Amino acid sequence: MNKNIILYAAILIFGIAAPFVFPAFKVQLSILCILIILAITWNVQGGEMGYNTFGNILFYGLGMYLCASVQVGMFFPLAEWTEGGGEKTFVHTPAQFFQGFAVGLAVAAVVPAIVAGLIGYSILGLRGHYFAICTLGLGVAAGEISGGIEIIGAGQGFTTPPFPKVGSLEARGEFFYFCSFAVLVFTFLAVKAIYSTRFKLVLNAIRDNEDKAEAMGIQTMKYKIIGWMISAFFCGLAGGIMGGLVGYIDSTDVAFDGREMGVFMVLMAILGGKGTLWGPVIGATVFHIFKEGFWTFFLGWQYVALGVLIVVIVIYFPEGIMGWLREKYPERFGEVVDEADRKAQVELK
Amino acid sequence: MDFLIFQVPMLTVQAVLDGLLLGILFALIAYGMALQWGVMNIINIAQGDLVILGGYIAYFMYLYGIHPAWGVIVSPIIMYFVGVIIYKLVINKVVDRDLFISILATFGISILFMQLMNFAFGADVVLANSGYGTTMLFDNSVTLPNSKIFSAFISIVFAIGLVIYMKKSKLGRAIRATAQNARAAKILGVDTEKVYAATFGINAALCGVAGALISITFTIHPYMGLPYTIRSFMIVIVAGLGNLPGVAMSGMGLGVFEEFADYILGTEFRIGSVFLLLVLILVYRRFKLSKKREYLK
Repeated sequence: MNKNIILYAAILIFGIAAPFVFPAFKVQLSILCILIILAITWNVQGGEMGYNTFGNILFYGLGMYLCASVQVGMFFPLAEWTEGGGEKTFVHTPAQFFQGFAVGLAVAAVVPAIVAGLIGYSILGLRGHYFAICTLGLGVAAGEISGGIEIIGAGQGFTTPPFPKVGSLEARGEFFYFCSFAVLVFTFLAVKAIYSTRFKLVLNAIRDNEDKAEAMGIQTMKYKIIGWMISAFFCGLAGGIMGGLVGYIDSTDVAFDGREMGVFMVLMAILGGKGTLWGPVIGATVFHIFKEGFWTFFLGWQYVALGVLIVVIVIYFPEGIMGWLREKYPERFGEVVDEADRKAQVELK
Repeated sequence: MDFLIFQVPMLTVQAVLDGLLLGILFALIAYGMALQWGVMNIINIAQGDLVILGGYIAYFMYLYGIHPAWGVIVSPIIMYFVGVIIYKLVINKVVDRDLFISILATFGISILFMQLMNFAFGADVVLANSGYGTTMLFDNSVTLPNSKIFSAFISIVFAIGLVIYMKKSKLGRAIRATAQNARAAKILGVDTEKVYAATFGINAALCGVAGALISITFTIHPYMGLPYTIRSFMIVIVAGLGNLPGVAMSGMGLGVFEEFADYILGTEFRIGSVFLLLVLILVYRRFKLSKKREYLK
């Protein structure tokens, strides 16, 4: 217990000090926070509940559009803003910007959760690969359809409000970093709290054998929907912040980016280890470092590398880093190890 | 309602004819997917990218002065070997595992192919001009490119040929036996590993034919693969595995649906409506089955 507190304190201090220690990496660190949030939320479905979704990108993109639309729409006509050059005609004052962003984030979190609740009953009745393909279709459909809606910029995209200057202070990077870090801490603590309750056991029961869980008297559908709503809530928050951070929303390349974010979140969770609390965090960190290195040195070949990486991870490394550690050091994970049994296993190999 | 299609009735005929001819192509791709899904229990997300790759083969023949219609023969031969190589490298490691693993692995292949094609062939929308001209029907109010008729005809020929091959040949019987029960087939001396490789190769070859026809009839682009995968998945789940007339019917139905969606909703919503239709079909089937306390398996 004591060790854990030291660990958490160290991470917290690092998180707060990071933008000042590495000022050049503020944006990268913010993106890392967003990626970790996405991996954690994916893990609630894919890891704990056994419902491998490609569709959480839907909530992420929804949150992104909602946050930006609310932030603009609260003070200015949205249609004129997106028509082109709106960000030059209308300028948010600092107070308007922050007020709009706060309300926007709240909407960006709540509405996706409600959407997840509404579609949950229909979609979560599907199982296995039907669920995976259905959510894949959902994500792509959302991207294609939002690319045809005029008021949120259609094909030409949506420029989010530029960060205002407060006096002479320019703190865009710090602001978005601390926003994303705060949401990350919130997400992590919330998920950790949830995982320590009966709720996680129910999710695991659904993953291991849904029919049996139902036969035991668990209302599986209710838990599945609640699990999805939790994911959608945090995905929406992450999307809202990411929209402000990137500064520009495009339907298929930024918001409903199934080819990047949609796959990344699955990959990060699997790389770190499905069904563990720390797995997605570690997986996202490793993945982000790898990705940034590769994106910088092999520009243009990044998707080739991504494709190869997916295949290699999925085939040779499906248990992830945490799974590998668990096999190597079972004692650390609180598993009782029988020495004789272990020796016998080694001999067998 | 001021939709053009309701004001000009002949457009309806046009849409139905276009849709039917397009749907036959979809059915051909879906047949390949049903084959490998039934035999190997794998959902291949890279299906559409194999189609596009097959299309580029025909396109390159066109660039080098060979008539692209020959691509219908050359493309499946090359694609067969591409399929076998993919099987040997990746698919044989995911055959007996969780379906999600195969979905994710083929998703990786799909991204890889997309990007490699983008590098090799450029990001332009291309088509191989066959120079077949067009046929005018109903007093010139309905135009029908001859290339579409040609592609529908070739698709039917290949589909029928494959059905006969699966019924009569030794490999076809081995494939069907493996689909029924892989373990029993193994015991009876069928080399299932070879059967799987051949199945994946045949699937890729079918994709090659369809791709060559698509490059003649429509256009191809490195990123256009995923919609073809989704379409064929949709056709297979509507028709059911191993139901060949059903695959043909639902393929043509989808083609007609798409043409009408194109006219009524607008071209920008065409792909979106396909994906949305997939979601709706799955949800519909889920509710239908849940009345019997069952679920999609």
